[in-house]
Amino acid sequence: MLTLKCPYCGVQACETELSPGYEAHLKRFGPGSSDDDFETYLFTRPNVKGVHFERWRHAYGCGKWFLAARCTTTLEVFGTYSAQTPAPPAEIIEAIKSKRPDWSPET
Amino acid sequence: MSNAMSVLEGAVSTGFVTVRDAGLTGMVSVRADLTDAATVAALSSCGITVPVVRQIVDGVAWMAPDELLLVTEYADAPALAQKVQAAMADTHALVHVVSDARAVLRVEGAGTKEALAKLCPVDLATLAPGEVRRTRLAQVAAAFWLEDAENAQIICFRSVADYVFGVLQMSARKGSEVGVFTR
Repeated sequence: MLTLKCPYCGVQACETELSPGYEAHLKRFGPGSSDDDFETYLFTRPNVKGVHFERWRHAYGCGKWFLAARCTTTLEVFGTYSAQTPAPPAEIIEAIKSKRPDWSPET
Repeated sequence: MSNAMSVLEGAVSTGFVTVRDAGLTGMVSVRADLTDAATVAALSSCGITVPVVRQIVDGVAWMAPDELLLVTEYADAPALAQKVQAAMADTHALVHVVSDARAVLRVEGAGTKEALAKLCPVDLATLAPGEVRRTRLAQVAAAFWLEDAENAQIICFRSVADYVFGVLQMSARKGSEVGVFTR
């Protein structure tokens, strides 16, 4: 069972209260971009085993989208943060590094 | 004008707690940025104080960072909505009477927390009275708050009121007490 804290209403929301929005921090390639870029944006995901940034929506609660950093193998949650964040914030990176010393944001 | 009817028509069910239709309740939904000073000022000119996160105070419930629910008498809701709408004319806001779109139920009795805990993924041991918890009640969305340790009010969509009444009735069936909050 995955439990994420909604950064908007502060509720410790269990997975069944949330709906998934898949990978976070994607760079959008829209009209005018090359077919390759568009295809990559739509379909190509690293599908990491380990630290992952995700979008979630507190669907049964306050209805807000937020972002979460968690480990896909252990379900360990490193933190959640506002959806209006273009890149993982420093405190989330710190929290991950303190638990996964060999992890770096580029991977 | 047709007569307004509460969807459960006053249904009452007695198990280890009593589940009852709370009857017609006035509800006004306000959508606006609650952190915006203009919004707060407009609301306070109508006598509405924005509660802190997830609280319900004097019938004003915090539902989301941009949503309030005003709970009042059924007959008073249209006038209240009109008053708030007028006060918020210059702010980016939506005010609407949702009394007939929702249903309100009450759960009463010593096992109230237990009846709810069986259905909702909520830590009822730490839920304080006066805190609104929007959550999943079995398979549908609902919001509830404890008035005190033994009384709760539940708001759900009118279309699922019968389902909510049914699952609460089953959850409160005599002999199915777990006793987790009374140990």
